[in-house]
Amino acid sequence: MKERPAHGYLFVAPSAAVLFFVALCPIAFAVWLSLRRFILVFHDDAFVGLANYRFLLRDARFFSALGNTVYFTVVSLAIELVLGLAIALLLDRATRGRGLLRAAVLVPWAIPTVVSGRMWAWMLNPDYGLIPRLLPVHDVDFLGTPGYAMHAAILVDIWKSTPFVALLLLAGLAGIPDELYRAARVDGASPRRTFFAITLPLLGPSLAVTVLFRALDALRVFDAIFVLTGGGPANTTETLSIYAYKTMMRTGDFGYGSTLAVATFAIVVLVSTVYLRTIGRSAGVAR
Amino acid sequence: MKRASLPSRSAMALGGAAVLTFFVGPFAWQILTSLRTEATVTELGLPHALSLDSYVAAFEGQPFARVLLNSALVAAVTTLVTLAVASTAAFALAKLDLRGKSLLLSAALAVSMFPPIATVSPLYLALKEVRLLDTPLGLVIPYTTFALPLALWVLTGFFRDIPDELYRAARVDGCTPFQAFRRVMLPLAMPGLATTAILVFIFSWNEFLYALTFTSSPTHRTVPVAISLFSGEHAEPWGEIAAASVIATLPLVLVALVFQKRIVAGLTQGAVKG
Repeated sequence: MKERPAHGYLFVAPSAAVLFFVALCPIAFAVWLSLRRFILVFHDDAFVGLANYRFLLRDARFFSALGNTVYFTVVSLAIELVLGLAIALLLDRATRGRGLLRAAVLVPWAIPTVVSGRMWAWMLNPDYGLIPRLLPVHDVDFLGTPGYAMHAAILVDIWKSTPFVALLLLAGLAGIPDELYRAARVDGASPRRTFFAITLPLLGPSLAVTVLFRALDALRVFDAIFVLTGGGPANTTETLSIYAYKTMMRTGDFGYGSTLAVATFAIVVLVSTVYLRTIGRSAGVAR
Repeated sequence: MKRASLPSRSAMALGGAAVLTFFVGPFAWQILTSLRTEATVTELGLPHALSLDSYVAAFEGQPFARVLLNSALVAAVTTLVTLAVASTAAFALAKLDLRGKSLLLSAALAVSMFPPIATVSPLYLALKEVRLLDTPLGLVIPYTTFALPLALWVLTGFFRDIPDELYRAARVDGCTPFQAFRRVMLPLAMPGLATTAILVFIFSWNEFLYALTFTSSPTHRTVPVAISLFSGEHAEPWGEIAAASVIATLPLVLVALVFQKRIVAGLTQGAVKG
């Protein structure tokens, strides 16, 4: 039996207050703003009902930003999972150099995203960058060419985030009992069979958590793209967060900017709810 | 311990080398760029002579020393406040019987999923109203809030691992719940506090979106904002950017390497138990 002291709630009150006033209230305030025409510099502030949302549904730039965000999320997440799993297996099985490798993958994790963005921008610079000069094709402006730019942003995200995926999956691998592998070896199972019959299914819960964390992170991507391309060229790398930011801070339109931000929030909530209801639950049962 | 059947030793070595090159190579290239002279910054080979010119230049054109100080201040204060707020709550969540516990943990989880952009406009207007825009405190408040979920999850895990008997013994010996927390539980949770402190500090040091929107004057910027806006009059000062990036990053990389076991444990616990 745990104790229920009279003033126990005082312990949690500061945390609850912070979460309530600085996270939950602002979300409600953002919804309220999204129902207004609110342009800061002109002191223009009026209730407009759902007008902003009606505009949103006809806003081609919003759907383009949504498409870019989804593309960025799906492609980077898929590559990060495969690469992260390979690295986790390598770290799990390496007998020598394990510490060195783990230290190496922590380097991108610790580097601020903005710094990694500028680092890759330098390496991808069409005139002096390391990568265009090492490649057989010269003078490719990766960050200035539609089609290439989004993939450059994905590359930076892979560099920055795969370590996190690898570390989470490594923790999952460590939780798989050795007996299962020994039994598989005794039964003469091939490495491929062992991987698909033991490693992958037992890694299910870790994979489920990793996918959720990374997907939510990728859906709100801002830093790397802001620094690499600012959303260009021709808005081909503009994500929801970038579009909302520009509408609010560059155009000064807090009303429609908030509408975009609330839409982003709603998409994140929708994705996580659907995900937790389906994959999350079945993975939770497996645990 | 050998698990499953190993791919050949050379394949493993090759994989390891690829991992090292991909993850460390870009940072190494950045360090190399920062050590070249302005005239040789675009060369590909190893430099004949190393130069610290770029490091000197990084501090000359802009208030970079001030920017480093701002970031250190904001990150340190955020870390202290977050630890103070989160440790009491985590203790109560782990050791006391309170109704609504799961509500707080779910709220924390939900907040950790918020896209920061969704709170930018309301927080901007609120900070403007109370005249905290463009001040360190204007960053500490949102940083504390959005570092709190991770801190709560990691610390609650650490407090759970401390045996209940120790808390009960302290109560039997006449401690109030708060004294039992301060004198018995908190010292035992030191490793957890250290892990959380490292994670929160790194989060605050690296945060960009709020820092970009809530600060306007060059002397109030934090490191990520300054580096994102670093530009020269004519061409991009690649050497200076590289030098500034190395200065801003090297301390974090060293901390990450020194405390790597702790960080990995904290990160995976925060995620896996979530």
